[in-house]
Amino acid sequence: MAGAISTVPLSLRILLERRAPNAPFFVLDLSLEIPSGISILFGTSGAGKSTLLDCVAGLLRPDSGQIKIGDDILFDSEARVNVSPQRRRMAYVFQSLALFPHMTVEENVAYGLPPLPESQRSVRIAEILQAFRVENLGTRRPAEISGGEKQRVALARSLVTRPQVLLLDEPLSGLDAELKASIVDDLRAWNAAQRIPILYVTHTRDEVDALGERVVVLDRGRVISEGRPHEVLAAPRRKRLAQAAGFENLLDATVVELRETDGVMRVRLAESASEIEVPLGYATPNDHVKIAIHAGDILLATQPPVGLSARNILEGKIVSLETRGTLVAARVQAGVMFTVHVTPGATRALELTAGKPVWIVLKTHSCHLVSD
Amino acid sequence: MQSLLLSIRLAACVTAILLAIGLPLAYWLAYSRWRGKFLVESIVALPLVLPPTVLGFYVLVAMGTHGPLGRVWQAAFGHALAFTFTGLVFASVLYSLPFAVQPLIASFESVDRKLLDASAVLGAGALRTFRRVILPMSIPGVVTALVLSFAHTLGEFGVVLMVGGNLAGSTRTISIDIYDHVQSLEYAEANRLALILLTFSFVVLSIVYGINRRVGRRIWSAWPAR
Repeated sequence: MAGAISTVPLSLRILLERRAPNAPFFVLDLSLEIPSGISILFGTSGAGKSTLLDCVAGLLRPDSGQIKIGDDILFDSEARVNVSPQRRRMAYVFQSLALFPHMTVEENVAYGLPPLPESQRSVRIAEILQAFRVENLGTRRPAEISGGEKQRVALARSLVTRPQVLLLDEPLSGLDAELKASIVDDLRAWNAAQRIPILYVTHTRDEVDALGERVVVLDRGRVISEGRPHEVLAAPRRKRLAQAAGFENLLDATVVELRETDGVMRVRLAESASEIEVPLGYATPNDHVKIAIHAGDILLATQPPVGLSARNILEGKIVSLETRGTLVAARVQAGVMFTVHVTPGATRALELTAGKPVWIVLKTHSCHLVSD
Repeated sequence: MQSLLLSIRLAACVTAILLAIGLPLAYWLAYSRWRGKFLVESIVALPLVLPPTVLGFYVLVAMGTHGPLGRVWQAAFGHALAFTFTGLVFASVLYSLPFAVQPLIASFESVDRKLLDASAVLGAGALRTFRRVILPMSIPGVVTALVLSFAHTLGEFGVVLMVGGNLAGSTRTISIDIYDHVQSLEYAEANRLALILLTFSFVVLSIVYGINRRVGRRIWSAWPAR
């Protein structure tokens, strides 16, 4: 076992419905592949992040689906397999850390170790305490150490068992950025040798930017996007966010077709025949979605444009022009009404006036999918 | 003095048995999600509301030579169960059961569920989790259960009278003895024994409330929570 490098991914397909008397109806419905390394599970509270971790750890039983590590099946509703949490070889660090208050740091760390000869046992404990820089706290109790030290001990306790997967539920909340970074560095160093999948739950943007190689965005029990942090989180996800972020164009649309290999989908703008191509999002054909576009991200052409990389070209007509300080806001009817910002210089050069035929040019990635 | 020693012997036996029964029963009552659990809870709590004479009456009938318990006992050991020390232990275990079980349930339930989840994920089964996490964190509850079982058994009267009768050395406990002395107008004797029981009860309750104060919450109280 020692020295073995596993790069076995965790695959999940989970459906879980919860009907609690005093809580809103909640559905967790997702399917994910978690490779080795840190994957961030990002979402607001109530998005289902902790529920997902509980399912993976075996503390909650999904209604249906499959959970496996490589080919090792931990849960399969059809095959009626449900491996107990004791035998899943998972490490789970809870938000509350859940250190045993009546045990010393060393006893806490030794808790999950299988029966081993005493010499091996003490080596394993010493190694992991050292890896997380808490080797001189062995005889203290959780109440006698600081918050950051507790977090390190909780990591050491769950990792000493050499788990196949590490689940972290906001383990570093409440720590300052510097302390957080140093703990994450130690975790990365440890995982450089182990190479296991790590699912790291957070609801703060800072942590996503600081940690993430990969981020999975969860909203109301569904994966709404996944990828690298800057790609995934650049686009606003909700209508109210879009409005707050100052998107002048918020268009109703219907999904026509998904082109998953290209990472795009075609949508038809409401009450028109105009179709545009937008980045792929969590949607299926005939779903109603909203598309947010900055007025400043739209190009206007006075002749049919050719040879452009932009995928969306719509023919239309200027309805009105309004000068606002150093920019001109043009209202353009192109199936639906667009607001386009152009400079006063461009307005003069193109001789833009109300009633003039124009072509609207939209880059695919200027179209932000908004779910509501 | 013989009656005091008998009462202490009875209380010690009952307390030991209640610990053995109470731990698994309280564990089940604290963690089971079975729908019919409330029925078992009601049965365990019955001695709190039943007059001791009613409880004693049914136990006596059960232990009689025609009762189910009495017949089994007679067949196994060749003598009757009613009006013996063993019979008294049986009845007292039933009578003091809620006093052992309730503090145990309260302290098991106060153990943070996340600790139990953590233990499970770390590979520990139910028994190991109980032994290493739940029980060590429930020591105040266990002490309370022991103290209350002991004190409650020491002071019982009605059940003993119904089931045990009044046989010196085998069923005449301290409270029966006090009653006897009063009936015979031996007030000085009665007072001596009563004072011992009063002092002891006060010390016991002081210990229980002292524990409540130390752990900062209520494990058991004579009054319902406000």
